[in-house]
Amino acid sequence: MRPDDRHYLSSHEWIKISGETGIIGITDFAVEELSSGNEGDLVYCDLPEVGRVLENGETFGEIESVKAVADLNTPLAGEVSEVNTAIEDHLEIVAEDPWERGWMIKIKLSNKDTGKLLSAAAYEEILAKQS
Amino acid sequence: MKQTPLHDVHEQSGAKMVDFGGWHMPVQYGPILEEATRVRTKAGLFDLGHMGRLSVQGPDTVRFLDSIATNYVDRIPVNSIRYTLFCKEDGNPIDDLLVYRGEDDIYLVVNASNTDAVLGWMESRKAGFDVQIDHRTDRETMIALQGPHALEVLCGVTSDCDLEKLGYYKFTFGTVCGLENTRISRTGYTGENGFELYFPNEDAGSIWNALLEAGSEAGVKPIGLAARDTLRLEAGMPLYGHEIDEQHNPVEADLGFAISFAEEKGDWVGRGALEAIRQQPRRKLVGFTTAGKRVPRQGYQLYRGEEKVGEVCSGAVSPTLETNIGTGYIPVELAVMSLELDMDIRGKRQAVELRPLPFYSRTRK
Repeated sequence: MRPDDRHYLSSHEWIKISGETGIIGITDFAVEELSSGNEGDLVYCDLPEVGRVLENGETFGEIESVKAVADLNTPLAGEVSEVNTAIEDHLEIVAEDPWERGWMIKIKLSNKDTGKLLSAAAYEEILAKQS
Repeated sequence: MKQTPLHDVHEQSGAKMVDFGGWHMPVQYGPILEEATRVRTKAGLFDLGHMGRLSVQGPDTVRFLDSIATNYVDRIPVNSIRYTLFCKEDGNPIDDLLVYRGEDDIYLVVNASNTDAVLGWMESRKAGFDVQIDHRTDRETMIALQGPHALEVLCGVTSDCDLEKLGYYKFTFGTVCGLENTRISRTGYTGENGFELYFPNEDAGSIWNALLEAGSEAGVKPIGLAARDTLRLEAGMPLYGHEIDEQHNPVEADLGFAISFAEEKGDWVGRGALEAIRQQPRRKLVGFTTAGKRVPRQGYQLYRGEEKVGEVCSGAVSPTLETNIGTGYIPVELAVMSLELDMDIRGKRQAVELRPLPFYSRTRK
């Protein structure tokens, strides 16, 4: 079971809400799809500048592996308040721990309506259908 | 999706399977870069059962193929193989293929995704020629053993033929792992020394496992299609749908070695168009490396300053060169080595430097 303290997008991003802040990352499934279990296969991650304002669902960056490029989308709207620059040159952190140390950005939420987001259980149902 | 006779063997070994040209194929068994490096330093085994195989027979076989192939089929010695293309009237290829000239037939190996198109093309062109086309893809297995240890490993399980004397782009028939009359060619799509083997489907699993067993000490392991793509790109070999397709002709792709304008060959489909392109090519296929982290991918645009000058055909992380590599078309007048261009990756620029193809040559290190 994926962590149920956060919400998910079917495009494999998660958001964890902590007060007015949303912490955003990608799921272990996304990592596996990109790297097939080989952390060295992740080659690049492009993250936004602090201060950028994101709409619901907007693409804020890209992550790239040896074989593919994937968009990074924000589950909720807000202004980027912090970027995890540690991962940019150490993508193995995302591969090893996508849930905590491998977070990507924090946003100051302008919208906390999680009604359209997936619960951990609903996200897992989507994964089950894909495999 | 179609499956090769080795499909279940791949799934059981944990391979990641994908749709490739309508076939459910192993794209990787482990890390792609490690698989590519294994083929460069040891050897690897590939399931190529998706490749289309056609045997052409009948009294007009050579004359028929010379009317549609770019290479001069009548000049291929028996037991030799040539790379060739089938082009449309406009000179653009419908496929590229290998031609095995046998004593009684000519055996063609075509791309999986183009097999039906090639069959249709040949059927539509064969009026007036006494030929029969036997589609064997679903009856015969094709596997490849590639890498510096391929020769010693295959020699250890082969009898009734002398593999050491089998020259590059030659084929023979021998007994492999006890299976008589196996077609063995010294060919491959990796840039390494190696062999491709063809035999009936019933023996696929036993031969596959026997080769892995025989090669275990030498480090032979199964290799997926992703590493194969990296290896062929390092070796400067074109892939249909990337360097060549219905908009990219073989002259500008620098495949002149596979095109015969010999008068005695007579007319063939696309000859006039390719002769004209040869006189005045507009663009040229070039290789490039990039020091940036981003991997070149098909469709990225190439810029010189603000001017768009070309487009990327293929790209990969190259474990052999330890950099990112790519191919693309640019105007002939810009095809000067060491020229720096920019690659546009969804709005961001990354510098690339033109490099001669191939990036890697086994014999020219």
